[in-house]
Amino acid sequence: MPEFAIVDLPETDHVTAGETAPDFTRPLVGEEFWEDRALDAVVDGPTLLVFHPMDGAFQTTYIYNEIDDRGWADAVAVYGVSISSPYEHKRLLAERGEGVRVFSDPGGDVAESYGVTHDIDGMTGITEARPAVFLLDSDRVVRHVWVGDEHPSFPDYDAIESAVDALLD
Amino acid sequence: MTDPQITLYRLQACPYCERVVRTLDRLGLEYQSRYVEPMHSERNVVKRVSGARSVPALVDHETGVTMSESANIVEYLEGTYAETATDGGV
Repeated sequence: MPEFAIVDLPETDHVTAGETAPDFTRPLVGEEFWEDRALDAVVDGPTLLVFHPMDGAFQTTYIYNEIDDRGWADAVAVYGVSISSPYEHKRLLAERGEGVRVFSDPGGDVAESYGVTHDIDGMTGITEARPAVFLLDSDRVVRHVWVGDEHPSFPDYDAIESAVDALLD
Repeated sequence: MTDPQITLYRLQACPYCERVVRTLDRLGLEYQSRYVEPMHSERNVVKRVSGARSVPALVDHETGVTMSESANIVEYLEGTYAETATDGGV
């Protein structure tokens, strides 16, 4: 741990376990194309919805590396969300995120509806998602939540994996 | 929610694609847009679907028709759907 305080993010009233995950429609980007998709239309089993900072930020890179290393997309459906454009998502998916598709939410409204926004200091006008992971069941009910409260922060991968395993059992 | 019967592979701001979209709109047809990259080399999905990497490419799941070239597509759409549209059919 560094010898100085890490920046705390403001408390947030985010979506919690037991609630139905808010539905939304955004361009969903895969390796080959993107198209408008509703979350409701793509969730048909255990699903990880992973909010992350804009593509290119090191937090995003590390999160996708971890998802790949743990093979999450082999076990459950994994969808990312960030404010980056579909073109940026395609570049991200060319490098990492095997089997993952990513929603493009440039206005940050989806992050807002989940209560996981972050106003970035020094980038005026940009509100993005803080790292946050929601595990949904096939009815889109939230079964496990992790939301970053420091800047930077990284998901509690082990706890999420345990929740996934419990849901799959 | 069911997906529209027509899928349109398109490129952002491609005039030939917009021409097809105008026709779809005029005929009142529902369609799902799938955007691909400007680089031809990154359009393998279009090649797999239509046999060529050019856009627009249209897939009509109702009739099983897949085609490229905007003039052909417009002709196909008008030939297939114009009359039902004027009848107030779809």
